[in-house]
Amino acid sequence: MSTAQPVVGAPVDRVDGPLKVTGAARYAYEHPVRDVAYAVGVLSTIAKGRIVAVDVSAARALDGVLGVLWHENAPRLQTDDAELQVLQSDAVAFCGQFVAVVVAATPQIARHAAALVEVRYVQEPHDVVLSADRSDLDVPPGEDVDSDDGDVEAGRAQASVIVDRTYTTPAEHNNPIEAHATIAIWEGVDRLTLYDSNQGSHNIRDDVADAFGLEGEQVRVISPYVGGAFGSKLFTHAHVVLTAMAARAVQRPVKLELTRRQMFSLVGYRTPTIQRVNLAADDDGRLTAIEHHVVLQVSMLKDLTEDLAARPTRMMYAGPNRRTSHRVARLDLPPPTIMRAPGEAQGSFALESAMDELAIECGIDPVELRIRNEPGTDPDSGLPFSSRGLVECLKQGAERFGWQPRDVAPHGRLEGRWLVGTGVAASAYPAGRGQATATIRAAGGGRYHVQIDASDIGTGAWTVLTQIAADALEVGIDDVTLEIGDSALPRARAAGGSQGTASWGTAIVHATRKLREENASEATADAGDNPYTDQYAMYAHGAQFVEVRVDADTREVRVPRMVGVFAVGRVLNAKTTRSQLLGGMTWGLSMALLEESVLDARYGDCVNDDLAEYHVAVNADVAEIDVGWIDEDDPYVNPMGAKGVGEIGIVGTAAAVANAVHHATGVRVRDLPITLDKLLRAD
Amino acid sequence: MRPFRYERAHDAAAAVELCGREPGAAFLAGGTNLVDLMKLDVERPELLVDITRATSDRIESLPDGGVRIGAAVRNSDLAADPVIRERYPALSQALLSGATYQLRNLATTGGNLMQRTRCVYFQDVTKPCNKRTPGSGCAAREGYHRGLAVLGHSQSCVATQPSDMAVALAAFDAVVRVQGAAGTRKVPLTEFHRLPGDEPQRDTVLEHGELIVAVDLPSLPIAARSRYRKVRDRASYAFALVSVAAAIDVDDGVVRDVRIALGGVAHKPWRATRAEEALRGAKPAEELFARAADAELERATPLPANGFKVALARNTIVRTLLDLVEQL
Repeated sequence: MSTAQPVVGAPVDRVDGPLKVTGAARYAYEHPVRDVAYAVGVLSTIAKGRIVAVDVSAARALDGVLGVLWHENAPRLQTDDAELQVLQSDAVAFCGQFVAVVVAATPQIARHAAALVEVRYVQEPHDVVLSADRSDLDVPPGEDVDSDDGDVEAGRAQASVIVDRTYTTPAEHNNPIEAHATIAIWEGVDRLTLYDSNQGSHNIRDDVADAFGLEGEQVRVISPYVGGAFGSKLFTHAHVVLTAMAARAVQRPVKLELTRRQMFSLVGYRTPTIQRVNLAADDDGRLTAIEHHVVLQVSMLKDLTEDLAARPTRMMYAGPNRRTSHRVARLDLPPPTIMRAPGEAQGSFALESAMDELAIECGIDPVELRIRNEPGTDPDSGLPFSSRGLVECLKQGAERFGWQPRDVAPHGRLEGRWLVGTGVAASAYPAGRGQATATIRAAGGGRYHVQIDASDIGTGAWTVLTQIAADALEVGIDDVTLEIGDSALPRARAAGGSQGTASWGTAIVHATRKLREENASEATADAGDNPYTDQYAMYAHGAQFVEVRVDADTREVRVPRMVGVFAVGRVLNAKTTRSQLLGGMTWGLSMALLEESVLDARYGDCVNDDLAEYHVAVNADVAEIDVGWIDEDDPYVNPMGAKGVGEIGIVGTAAAVANAVHHATGVRVRDLPITLDKLLRAD
Repeated sequence: MRPFRYERAHDAAAAVELCGREPGAAFLAGGTNLVDLMKLDVERPELLVDITRATSDRIESLPDGGVRIGAAVRNSDLAADPVIRERYPALSQALLSGATYQLRNLATTGGNLMQRTRCVYFQDVTKPCNKRTPGSGCAAREGYHRGLAVLGHSQSCVATQPSDMAVALAAFDAVVRVQGAAGTRKVPLTEFHRLPGDEPQRDTVLEHGELIVAVDLPSLPIAARSRYRKVRDRASYAFALVSVAAAIDVDDGVVRDVRIALGGVAHKPWRATRAEEALRGAKPAEELFARAADAELERATPLPANGFKVALARNTIVRTLLDLVEQL
């Protein structure tokens, strides 16, 4: 056994880095498969209606076309998930839904043939416009969608300052670099292997098995490397089922990769929101009443209630009187999915913008306003926080950023032709954990094999789990061989909700303990439930500081520097953690200034559906981002004492940018993104 | 994407001949726009005639003090050329503000001029578009047109020409040298691209089979102190909302000569002749620049969602002129 130095916490390079930079790491589409055929989908061009005719004669006439499937000849599926019932009926539920698929010997032939499939529809009127005035807004399914604590009206009656504003955020698309892709290989009719790009192989396995009437064990999903996902690969989408269906129909392995454009209708997006926030405070800025009401959209096809944007408002600030609600409109649009910090990203924009407006109304520094409203215990559950570093993050962040001296009043500084302003926002994200099972096997010579169906979507899971295992086993990282990203491995929750490392790492630590206790050569253990769940409220926190410069003539907004200080428990890998937080803050910047999926209501279609028209931040938009974290010891969240870092970075950032834009220009933009036309128009 | 044939032409005459005899043929240079549109099924050529070796890839100084740019000169090479940088800096700046390194390394001078106008509906074959399918209607007028034209558009089309390079060339009175079956001709850059009118499918005045062989820049001392200002939604890799190429010469407290062209506002690079007229012979001052900009922009007919472009163009013209005058 090597003399092992503890490696957790160290800035260990990615163990998969060399494989990735040399191109040796195989992504879903790249796995070599003999005799593979290629599938290309045909998408609906109407938002609602029925298919009355599908003419595949021209497509079938092409040499190399192996098959064309549509609702009249597609195999029947057994799934209850309406999104996955692909080619099962003549009904069209949204624009850009699969209505046929072509399989051919080459991708070129398949693509050509797909363009030759003619589909005729009977169109029905569609309903695609989200509005807070709709009479059919519904209470979304699920628990805790509304809350009502104390007496909001009484709290407001005693207030001296009230901020009552509506904020909106647009639909946004996840847009990972690696397009969604699947290879399906059947052995007979009851054994299916998928190479697939996803955030959790077991999720995909279960859904696909269900669709084809198989047991979970009959389906194997292999996904060792994933080129980004951001939520769009957490749940199974229709293309995965379609690929398996196509492979069964042509009795050959089949590959399918979505185009960037198809990703705008087929793999989800962040729901737009309309949010009304009402903050009431006394002369000292102490909140006497808090209200946050959110309107979201879902697809007619299915509900999704992850984006509870007002949920963080229940725990951010002190105050006995508080009311939150969520309502949904069901529209003839593609199903939204989760997208990095679903709910928190949009909700924090509204709440943290409103806090900035309140600070100005009260004439109190916005950092100080937040500190004054720091709760002693979780206002939502009444439980103590397992750890709460928000005030420390605000103070350290202010110091690092050089927050003071600062005028509370906006539009103070002109440097050359730049209007300069600064803004701050606070953030929180739940530090949860979920199911995970790990197996550890002693391989002799002080070496160990660790198996768990964890998923590395670019986050660094390959590296961090290796570190956790090495320290738990008291060996070096070179002595640990990790296997992840395969549903044949022990089941573990998917990468999502910033819970991956907490869940998987706990299972690995537990398996190590069991191995030791039983003095065995192999041990399998679960993460198990967190025994402290009912005793503590568990969250990561952060504070974001942003300087913006707005061109006095054109109103172009530039962000020369951002500072983020976070309270995320124990940092397991300083390098990958920094990358995650940098990435999150970059996402927040992009959300603030650029990202917007434009719906053309006449067609029910997202019209800016490529990366030239849908703007994400590019390198030139991102200048200095200074990321730090406070020392935080939290023994309750998990055995590593670590909180997830994948999402906290985006939470609050958009508000900090918006607040800085207001400080620079005097213009409060309450509907994202903050494009220059909104600042010009306000002049 | 549909199957197509491919042939390489080794000189301009062969290229013109190959393309000219087939109505479904198209020239392929860098391919950075054409191939994208083929993938989208918007362009469906039956034959691609590769012209990357058919025309000059050199930049030559002409005896009259001008410069001849071969049609095959890559955008990155043109931007980096010492003569261009010294004598026509706005052209270099315009090129560098466009696209990405990778695209500029492929895109050619001729191809840059031939890129199609931009509009999301043009790129989506499931939507009406008079440019793609004449007579099918314009989806943009009452749809998503935030980035589209405010000047010179028609009922049939409101798309914008996206080239940055062409805006600088328009300001400098560049001339496009064209070879066709009937011989060669010269087209002033400002007349090379068309306004949409009733024929939005025609972006330029070229006839089928005509090939750009070179672009000539005249001797133009004023251009040595020129500037290109591009305003866009993100800091890089975005098309202009508004851009301005300008040069100004002030002598004895009076504007002796001035060149202004606008990008991102019309179906073609927009030479701001009215603004230039208002400036010549006048005393340079911010109010004058604003009046000149207004003189040009009073013709603007913005759509519901792009009215901001008028104010943006005005502010950008004024600021660019002020910056130029400060440098004098």
